[in-house]
Amino acid sequence: MPNPLPDLATVAGATDGRLLLLFEGDNVLVARTRIRAGETLFVAGAEVTLAADLPLGHKLARRPIAAGQKIVKYGAPIGTATESIAIGTPVHVHNVRSDYTPTYHLMDADKPGAGA
Amino acid sequence: MSMAVATGTAASVPSRVAQTETMRGWLRSDGRKGIRNTVVVAYLVECAHHVAREIAIPFREHDVHVIGFPGCYPNPYAERMMERLCTHPNVGAVLLISLGCESFNKYALEKKVRDSGRPVKTIVIQAAGGTRKSMAEGRAFVAEQRAALDEASTVEMDPSELIIGTVCGGSDGTSGISGNPAAGRAFDQFVEEGAACIFEETGELIGCEHIMAARAVTPELGAILEASVAKAARYYATLGYGSFAAGNAEGGLTTIEEKSMGAYAKSGASAISGLIKPGDVPPHGGLYLLDVVPDGDVRFGFPNINDNAEIAELIACGSHAVLFVTGRGSVVGSAISPVVKICANPETYRRMEDDMDVDAGRIIEGRASLDAVGREIHDLVIDLARGKRTKSEELAHQEFVLGYKSFEPIGPACLPV
Repeated sequence: MPNPLPDLATVAGATDGRLLLLFEGDNVLVARTRIRAGETLFVAGAEVTLAADLPLGHKLARRPIAAGQKIVKYGAPIGTATESIAIGTPVHVHNVRSDYTPTYHLMDADKPGAGA
Repeated sequence: MSMAVATGTAASVPSRVAQTETMRGWLRSDGRKGIRNTVVVAYLVECAHHVAREIAIPFREHDVHVIGFPGCYPNPYAERMMERLCTHPNVGAVLLISLGCESFNKYALEKKVRDSGRPVKTIVIQAAGGTRKSMAEGRAFVAEQRAALDEASTVEMDPSELIIGTVCGGSDGTSGISGNPAAGRAFDQFVEEGAACIFEETGELIGCEHIMAARAVTPELGAILEASVAKAARYYATLGYGSFAAGNAEGGLTTIEEKSMGAYAKSGASAISGLIKPGDVPPHGGLYLLDVVPDGDVRFGFPNINDNAEIAELIACGSHAVLFVTGRGSVVGSAISPVVKICANPETYRRMEDDMDVDAGRIIEGRASLDAVGREIHDLVIDLARGKRTKSEELAHQEFVLGYKSFEPIGPACLPV
């Protein structure tokens, strides 16, 4: 998996410690804790303010992702972006589709920021 | 109603071995050793379920577990599952409860259990004179067997004699980061020690088939592993749903591929020694993939309707214990074998600590390493053979689900070594 960006670990202060980069080539980061709406985060050097809560285990774009581009997590493709996704914004069922079977979800519950 | 207590057989948790220094097991006639000495009450059709449950209720905290098959139509898969479960090394005696008119071959099952050296009795409700008489007869048998099993002696046991299964349920965005890879580290350690480890749910390996196939001990096995995932993808596509629940999305998982990558981590890093199907017992130590998706056309609905159907299959393959990784927070246990609940999500752990054996969320919060939690899981399983009980055992969780399926037997290339 080619990685056009420098390893975040080598860029001091580039990414908030509350976000986890699993593999160097990933274009998403995972929340290690619930991050509240309105909080400011650094994502690969960019300053981002969350519009809604980002629950533990949910994902943010590590870099801008174009519609049709693969979402890469664990160094592997986990689906395709259905719209362009700005850096630091949530990546989930509202902007990603499976390349295998459609994801079944309860619409009201899956909004980033909802649920326990 | 406390017949067991009245007769003294269930007075002071007698079915539990005292905490011992070494691993201890009950030696069975086939050479396998059990880490539990359970009496199984098995209903052979749903119509006999109530009677079976009523028989077991007074003994439910004393290693008397109910399993069964609800269907009235015959099914070779279900009959094989029941046979494997009733002759599982953790089982010491068996009571079969038949209504009388169902198609299940109770004669064959009773013979298999008897041939295994275990005490067995069949009560046919219609012949026994109905519910009340069947219950009295059943409880008398269980009390007698429980008392005898409580006197049974144990032998020393080695980690290499263990079979361990793993499953994940109620997965979320933390499962693949903490709980599943920690279970994988425990698997690596067990495989190193000569134990057999089984991972499963090919429907949750969709997207991982190529990297998984590269770990097979032979290229032929690699092709079989890939084909098993392709079969699962086809099967689920026909059904219109992936192996993906609404709560998975709520917990941050976006697609089946993402869930699969996380689930795959449970397998650890060992070479994959073989592919087995429900009821196949691994022939020796190593890592095995359990193919749970039926062969042929889609016939009986979803491969496994819930986590407990998968747990039952892992146990039918001989699993002494099952590692269950959860993020959202499952509470289940199982009949026959202890279920070790590994909580991947630190928020869930804090909310549901009473149900969780391992707090793997420490990894996400930077309070423990993957290796440390992997060792903790490994050591906990060893402790289960030294008198320790899991949280779900203490809470008397004994879930069990068995449905209809059909399988072709595995070929020789599935077990190359």
